[in-house]
Amino acid sequence: MATVRDETLEVRASADVVRLRQVVRSWAAELGFSLVDQTKLVTGASELGRNTLEHGHGGQVRLEMLNDDNRRGLRMTFEDQGPGIPDIHLALTDGYSTGAGLGLGLSGTRRLMSEFRIHSEVGKGTQVQVARWR
Amino acid sequence: MSPAATTRLPEIIKRREQDLLERWVKEQLSDVAMRRDVVSESQLREESREFLGLVAQAAGKSSLTSLDSAAWQPVRDMLSDLSRARAARGFSSSETATFVFSLKQPLFDVLRQEHDGQAATLTDELWTASSALDRLALYTTEVYQKGREEVILRQQEEMLELSTPVVKLWEGVLALPMIGTLDSARTQVVMESLLQRIVETGAEVAIIDITGVPTVDTLVAQHLLKTITAARLMGAECIISGIRPQIAATIVHLGVDLSAVITKATLADAFQVALSRLGLTVQRAPARP
Amino acid sequence: MERIPILKMGDVLLVTIQVDMHDQLALALQDDLTEKISHTGARGVLIDISAVEVVDSFMGRMIANIAAMARILDAQTVLVGMQPAVAITLVELGLTLPGVRTALNVERGMALLLAEVGSPSRSLLGEADGDGQG
Repeated sequence: MATVRDETLEVRASADVVRLRQVVRSWAAELGFSLVDQTKLVTGASELGRNTLEHGHGGQVRLEMLNDDNRRGLRMTFEDQGPGIPDIHLALTDGYSTGAGLGLGLSGTRRLMSEFRIHSEVGKGTQVQVARWR
Repeated sequence: MSPAATTRLPEIIKRREQDLLERWVKEQLSDVAMRRDVVSESQLREESREFLGLVAQAAGKSSLTSLDSAAWQPVRDMLSDLSRARAARGFSSSETATFVFSLKQPLFDVLRQEHDGQAATLTDELWTASSALDRLALYTTEVYQKGREEVILRQQEEMLELSTPVVKLWEGVLALPMIGTLDSARTQVVMESLLQRIVETGAEVAIIDITGVPTVDTLVAQHLLKTITAARLMGAECIISGIRPQIAATIVHLGVDLSAVITKATLADAFQVALSRLGLTVQRAPARP
Repeated sequence: MERIPILKMGDVLLVTIQVDMHDQLALALQDDLTEKISHTGARGVLIDISAVEVVDSFMGRMIANIAAMARILDAQTVLVGMQPAVAITLVELGLTLPGVRTALNVERGMALLLAEVGSPSRSLLGEADGDGQG
């Protein structure tokens, strides 16, 4: 899998999440994703970016534009050194939420992506890697 | 296996390029399966010369074991173009792959000459060369496959357009008569276009008629439900009509919850519901005197 | 910080969201709307998202909150103009918008509000009206 483009963005303030949405939209359009898939990517990025900001206390996201002879895709890796998620299984069930709200978080975002990987350690931080293929 | 650093292949290919080209073209022309009707000798010569030249260049920059690297991109691009062009002219995928495979014999002959008396080195070099050519030949078949898939995909899309037109029954009422077996991908595409049409026409009611659908599986049922929910979020209501008894049984069996969805036995019934939703009734015109 | 303008049309407050909102802007909108409903005694709130390309869970929460607060202040909320790609993504996310009515566009949204909260003494759009309503 050839990485055609590779960029890391800071996620430290809500303006960063707005910028992230714009960059992901632009890359997704360039990769030729359908409008619906573009929207899923941008929405997923927004969800995960917000998580990084609010639960992870800020972090970074690495964006990779992937293009080999067989398929094209966009990969996003969110990383923070925050408190971590104590019970990942619980966090991935529908309806789970630590804050007031509609309780969607990770399970909903997972449904928007082709691939979803999460790694978290209490006291160390969280890493969420997602990808969507054309 | 000798390390790639000590291989003489790149140097040999470069130095013996002309000779290799002659032998290779001769080899291809002597092949009885060669499509002389579609590829002229001069064209074959040109294609072979180009390929060999690109291989010689790439081999000089990067090892024959890293064919995925950027240095080999020109070779891959050339093969990709060749494969597509040949597919378009009616070559089979193995006929196209033969272009690369047929280089083996001439290359082996040359290597044998160069490594005269050094059996061990010769074996290693033959292996490296053989593997590289195998990989490149397989690459042509991959590209060929992809080309065919793209054609099929395009044809599928065209058929999709034809087979599921969204019909405007009345101002504000759309109908989507679905026919044939639904698969997950097709249902998804069709549903997305329905939602698009709802926005375009400003239709508040959409009737999804599945009279012509023999069976429904979980994925399709889920897509239908998702579409109905999405339409609702947009401000439109969907009615499902034409559910056959078998499908009703499948839906119950699969545990799909249609309680929040309006369902009607026939398209006509659904149309009536749609009209009343919009505050419309049909009246008989007064008899003319 | 710029704020999203709120238009008053008779008894209805109309909000047209046309920018990619960062969190502070969204929260400001929530506050502004609540304040204005209370201040003007508006009976309806129309939120136009026909120019919005991404609705994530935060924005979904904001809309649901607005609807809930409006209801407490005796006003109905209608969300109009959701784009298909956004609707599909929201469904995939599992995000429902409880307590939020929806309509295809501003015109239909107004008609809906009229049907719901038209008062007997005067029409929703502030015109003198001899017929009783509601």
